[in-house]
Amino acid sequence: MTPSEQIIELQAGKWKTRILSAGEGNPVVFLHGEGGLLWDPLLDGLAQRYRVIAPQHPGSGASQGVEHLEDILDLVLYYCELFDVLGLPQAALVGHSFGGMIAADIAAINPERVARLVLMAPMGVWLDDHPIPDISTITPSQLPAMLLSDPDAPVASVLPLPDPGDPEALLQASMAMASILQFTWPFPDKGLRRRLYRVKADTLLLWGRKDHLVDPAYGQAFLSAIAGARLELIDDAGHLPQIEQADQVLSLVTDFLG
Amino acid sequence: MKSIFFHLMPYRDLPSDFEQRYESVWVTPPNAELCDPARVVEYYKWNLDELELADQLGFDGLGVNEHHQNAYGFMASPNLMAAALARRTSNQSAILVLGNTLALYSPALRVAEEFAMLDCLTDGRLAAGFPVGTSMDVNRCYGITPTETRPRFYEAHDLIMKAWTQPGPFMFNGRFNKLRYVNPWPQPVQKPHPPVWLAGGGSVETWEMAVKNDYTYSFLSFFGHKFAEKVMGGFWDTVSRLGGDDNPYRAGFAQQICVAETDAQAEKDYLEHVTYFFNKCLHIPAYIFETAGYRTRRSAEFALKSGQPGDIAKMAALEKNWRTLVDNGFIIAGSPETVADRLIDACRGLRVGNLIALLQIGSMGHELTKKNLTLFAEGVMPRIKGLWAEEGWEHRWWPQGARQEVPVAPAAPVTQ
Repeated sequence: MTPSEQIIELQAGKWKTRILSAGEGNPVVFLHGEGGLLWDPLLDGLAQRYRVIAPQHPGSGASQGVEHLEDILDLVLYYCELFDVLGLPQAALVGHSFGGMIAADIAAINPERVARLVLMAPMGVWLDDHPIPDISTITPSQLPAMLLSDPDAPVASVLPLPDPGDPEALLQASMAMASILQFTWPFPDKGLRRRLYRVKADTLLLWGRKDHLVDPAYGQAFLSAIAGARLELIDDAGHLPQIEQADQVLSLVTDFLG
Repeated sequence: MKSIFFHLMPYRDLPSDFEQRYESVWVTPPNAELCDPARVVEYYKWNLDELELADQLGFDGLGVNEHHQNAYGFMASPNLMAAALARRTSNQSAILVLGNTLALYSPALRVAEEFAMLDCLTDGRLAAGFPVGTSMDVNRCYGITPTETRPRFYEAHDLIMKAWTQPGPFMFNGRFNKLRYVNPWPQPVQKPHPPVWLAGGGSVETWEMAVKNDYTYSFLSFFGHKFAEKVMGGFWDTVSRLGGDDNPYRAGFAQQICVAETDAQAEKDYLEHVTYFFNKCLHIPAYIFETAGYRTRRSAEFALKSGQPGDIAKMAALEKNWRTLVDNGFIIAGSPETVADRLIDACRGLRVGNLIALLQIGSMGHELTKKNLTLFAEGVMPRIKGLWAEEGWEHRWWPQGARQEVPVAPAAPVTQ
């Protein structure tokens, strides 16, 4: 299914947000991780049953206005504003990694907004015994081993890496990384743990058993902080279970969303 | 032209296989393993002796700066060094702290206070440098969010200038500095304030800030005057676009310089130490050098369009033998005559009136550094001093309390 693409303006153009969307039914909002917005098999599968809406994080690609967001609270309120403009008083929220951190904070700060919550290997909590690597120093050649359980598997070719010979692509990649670091530097730990008790939505936590970026130990930390949450560990998957075990993740998520 | 002896204060005894064994000279070189405080005791004595010697030899200024967690130049607090120099520089050279990395201080009022103390300690010999700082210092060593680097820098600048020029107490409600009572004791002795020197590696915003506020701009790179032409060209274009005059004392330029009795002797004396500098002191992988978001979109675009990353990579990849170093202008080396001629060409081409002379380089020992300083002061300085005299510009950015020398133009040839 080819998603449609649109740019939504908020507050008279203060923010411009690029959105990919497809499908019909109950709304499911997907917040992508530090790798950027990709229309992957999970989104495509979800779009068979739901109305999938995937905004691109401000400051990356055509989504602009990140300079008006000074902290996590600003970013959460920006999403609330976006959901209002999209006519979504309530939606299921799915977030991956950095997007999972933001999704969890939206669910904590504005619990009425979130019907169901799916967090795939979310950042946002910090455990000294399992430090999350500094994503700003990971070189393209290190990425497959960092992100995948099997760096030599064919799926490694879908990792979005900028062409090192294309200055414009490098600039875009650098700006996108800067827009993530703006909310995760020097640690992706901005107080979410203190707020997680406010998450009221039914929550599904998904983790690859071989996640080298956000260790599965974080799954336990989220599990103990969110009342009634459920944790599913995925075999033969690293930090991108939705890529490495797409079918299994899709069926877990659709079963959970109902 | 003003000659400033600038000391980076490097670690002079890194192991010979340092660059093979360790990831980076900056941020992560393990301190307990590589940095011996007993050696540093000796370095500090040498460093200060060398700066004090430069004062006695008649250098116009002495320069120090701030960097963190590295072997390239680990002067975490240049203000401590400047304070030590304040009392032991009887020849009244200017003391240029180039400078304090503003974004690191919260509240940045600390910089206003310490610089004002230094200005009083030296009776008006301070030039106050406000660098943005390297991404390694600001983002990695001090944990500042990359996209906050510039906003913090600008806000700190505004607070400091206000603290120096406006009677206190007043309120300052910034984003990063929230102070109900700003009233530092003392204010600087120079009026309206010590001259402000900016330094940078080629950011458009820094050029504009220099021109709009009437500050000097110094280009700090180690790839020589040929590489600097592009950057200084951008600076002078900005000056002219914003309506500034082309007073060469607006601009400074850092250059590594090696002076010996003859050109051949220079290679014998200095090659080892210069190679140490380029191979070890600049051993930094790209992923540590600059964090995404440190540069604004505008400056990142400018850098890409003007080919900066490619140029730097090309320069960094060159084999550092004596010929390539000299031919590419990474170093200016040779007899006093050779060095003076090349400096005059370089500084005239870049239109800079402040030469920031790097005369202690890498592993260079104390005795050799003293020789370099002495030959420069006696054989080079007299030849380059009058470079801009004929144009008659006033140096409006020189500290008011420093030794003032009016440069004399070289005598015109007598015609019959």
